[in-house]
Amino acid sequence: MPTRPLSPHLSVYKFKYTLATSILNRFTGLALSLGFLLLVYWLLSVAGGARAQARAATLLSLPVMKLAYAGFIAAFCYHLVAGIRHLIWDTGRGLERAQAQRSAWLVVVLSIALTLLIGYGAWLAAARIP
Amino acid sequence: MSLRSPLGKVLGAGSAKQGVHHWWTQRLTSVALVPLSMWFVVSLLALPGFAHATLVAWMTQSWTALLLILLVLTAAWHSQLGVRVVVEDYVHGAGLRTVVLAGSLFVHTLLAAAAVLAVLRVALGVAP
Repeated sequence: MPTRPLSPHLSVYKFKYTLATSILNRFTGLALSLGFLLLVYWLLSVAGGARAQARAATLLSLPVMKLAYAGFIAAFCYHLVAGIRHLIWDTGRGLERAQAQRSAWLVVVLSIALTLLIGYGAWLAAARIP
Repeated sequence: MSLRSPLGKVLGAGSAKQGVHHWWTQRLTSVALVPLSMWFVVSLLALPGFAHATLVAWMTQSWTALLLILLVLTAAWHSQLGVRVVVEDYVHGAGLRTVVLAGSLFVHTLLAAAAVLAVLRVALGVAP
């Protein structure tokens, strides 16, 4: 292990909400990697035939899974909006402190709005499951 | 005390001349994932139900199969790139880090290949 200082030096930063938006982007990304695992499992179950899919559906419709879907929807919405903010930053725009602070709030507001919208759609879709 | 000069220590240990490749690939996959993931969420929520026959009918449409394959490949790639950065930041020790990175790459490749195979089996009508 090298003795030189290693990135990221999280402890040297004073906590700010702009820092939280960055950490949350990474955290939601990791959560979505787990969600991807679930997506692949679901696709495999469909390819496995009606009985395999029915078995998987029992597991995928457990109450705890509904909580997980709510989490994945929120993580997806946040990662999507925060990711677009990063892509805008990559063009060199919005990097001033005041702009970054404003866009941090915009990311929070937009991702909550999108989460509610998709959550409502998911609630309607879940009602169609017999 | 080492007799090697500071220059001798760093020669050959420097840039692999692909410094921006990871960064650029992460951007490209994220740009592709914006429409792909939104298509997936909207079409999933628009499904009339989630019974096997409904899902097969949906995945048999060529546009669905094509977009699903693009989605799982791009998502697996983007996820691998993201997990890689986190591992590089938080897993210290070259040995463990190499093992975890290789493991992540293997798992992501396996998931991507399995998902593509699953979509193809349903889309081509060879699933049971």
